[in-house]
Amino acid sequence: MSSQHASLAEKFNSDEARTNWHDQTLWWVRQKRDRAANALPEWEQLRQWASDIKDHTLSNLYNYLVEFEQNALSNGVKVHWASDAEEHNRIIHSIIQEAGIRKIVKSKSMLTEECHLNFYLQTKGIEVVDTDLGERIVQFREEAPSHIVLPAIHLKKEDVSDTFHEHLNTEKGNFDPQYLTHAARIHLREKFVSSELAITGVNFAVAETGGIVVCTNEGNADMGAHAARIHIACMGFEKIIPKAEHLGVFTRLLARSATGQPITTYTSHFHCPRPGQEMHIVLVDNGRSRQLGREDFRNSLKCIRCAACFNTCPVYRRSGGHSYHTAVAGPIGSILNPNLDMKANADLPFASTLCGSCTNVCPVKINIHEQLWKWRQVISAEGLTEPSKKIGMQLMAWILAKPAVYRMAGSTARWVLRNFPSVAKSKRWNPWYKQRELPDAPEESFQEWYKKRQRS
Amino acid sequence: MSNRDHILSAIKASQPALRPLPILDYSVVPVMADLLTSFAHFVNMVGGQVRLLDDLSMLNEELEAEQKQGRLLINRIGDPAKMDEVSQNAVALEAVDRAYIKGSIGVAENGAIWVNETAMGNRILPFICQELVILIEADKLVATMHDAYREIQINQEGFGVFIAGPSKTADIEQSLVIGAHGPVALTVLVLTHG
Repeated sequence: MSSQHASLAEKFNSDEARTNWHDQTLWWVRQKRDRAANALPEWEQLRQWASDIKDHTLSNLYNYLVEFEQNALSNGVKVHWASDAEEHNRIIHSIIQEAGIRKIVKSKSMLTEECHLNFYLQTKGIEVVDTDLGERIVQFREEAPSHIVLPAIHLKKEDVSDTFHEHLNTEKGNFDPQYLTHAARIHLREKFVSSELAITGVNFAVAETGGIVVCTNEGNADMGAHAARIHIACMGFEKIIPKAEHLGVFTRLLARSATGQPITTYTSHFHCPRPGQEMHIVLVDNGRSRQLGREDFRNSLKCIRCAACFNTCPVYRRSGGHSYHTAVAGPIGSILNPNLDMKANADLPFASTLCGSCTNVCPVKINIHEQLWKWRQVISAEGLTEPSKKIGMQLMAWILAKPAVYRMAGSTARWVLRNFPSVAKSKRWNPWYKQRELPDAPEESFQEWYKKRQRS
Repeated sequence: MSNRDHILSAIKASQPALRPLPILDYSVVPVMADLLTSFAHFVNMVGGQVRLLDDLSMLNEELEAEQKQGRLLINRIGDPAKMDEVSQNAVALEAVDRAYIKGSIGVAENGAIWVNETAMGNRILPFICQELVILIEADKLVATMHDAYREIQINQEGFGVFIAGPSKTADIEQSLVIGAHGPVALTVLVLTHG
């Protein structure tokens, strides 16, 4: 099994001050989410509705996709279907090629990250400009986004300042966020008006109207799509919802869960291309139909990509998005990615304490921590766990199943901790001790104490 | 078999037994007493400003005065006969200092305003102008997004958008900056008719 998450997290943790900053900043976002959620007495009902609507939709997906396609086609939109990432990339490239375009703009779409579209298009000689500010920053740095809502959350303003100095010729050492954002605004507005083709993601696709909804704060999806003569919207097929009415439930949950805002600045509803414009929608499977068939993991497809589970996760906050080595990091990524490639992502379901906080904040009530635990079982059964973990677990199971052995092991451990603490505090023998302190060993076990108390 | 049929048949084979669509009983949503106060509060919270207007006469004077100073304005409110045509060229619109457009309804729980494509003249106008002004009738406020989606028809036109505040970003160290790619300011004019 790859233990990539652990080693990448160790690297992230080597800068303690930055790790603490990352942890606290994301916790602050989580607190903003709490305030927004607590302001609505009906919050739990909204979550239940959202969950039920998505459960229903997944159980009737075939019909809703056919309905969506029909309506989109009659709206004058071209609809494409892609079985996997490769096909998704090929479809997009062929649209670009047929139009004879060399430069395109793209707003945030985790699907295109999942498919590695940028890399694919670059190898074909197409210039792709990511237009979300955070994504543009990481694109300049040739990095991947580390968070699905806050792509550059792993960076400090000093890093952004250096990057912009290099690429946008901003003043060296000026790291005022206002100044840096303004520089990006000037740079990207020029790109918007000169680009002939724009790619956007999709937050929701409405079966009954054949329209798509895109949510941004910056307005970059709209700037791109409305300036370009061709608009391509890419979506995983699980973005479907049955009716426009359901948008009322999801738009109330999405931004509050993501950043604590009452709604995103722009909630844009695209139905028909404007006169003279071409609009395409690419519906992508890429493993989703397989996940739909896995009963234990199916409801991970309810995800609306708010990232509340990232912001609350004690492991994500202290290990950073890049340690998950996949497009979608965090707890939800750790239950989606083993479906895409179980072997390569076998470490991810173990990058969790199973505390359940992700499940508690999820606006569509995905049982994330239970699925993490279930993936661990699948991965172990497939023989993809590290031998040391496997032997450790077997030893633990043996001890816990035999009371006498358990008692002896406990008293031995207490004796070692009292007399030879250096053994327990050796990071080599006890990796648990890294970044942690051990408490003083008690004189007796609970059982010994309880028996003594009963006698007296 | 085509891609489409291949994917659809895989979905048909994988999808579970039909689960019911929930009935959304909105009586659980508390009734909001004062829509205007809440709306104004949230427009401010999302970075915009609210101005109450009795009628449009004062606004017309302001517009004329600004235009005399050489500011490039696009006026899409008031008398339909006097409405400005909007260029279909994005490069030309990049220079617009301020655009005035009409919103259909406003949402009291978050300050969002629904704007239809015809109100914009060009879809890109409310995004590309430097400052945006949206006019909304005071009696067109609704409490929540549930009410909003009941009032509007999302596919009445080819494009429509809820706008809540000026464009913004917090992508650099979570510091909020108003004016990402779109307008750097949003003013909401609420027409109260005295």
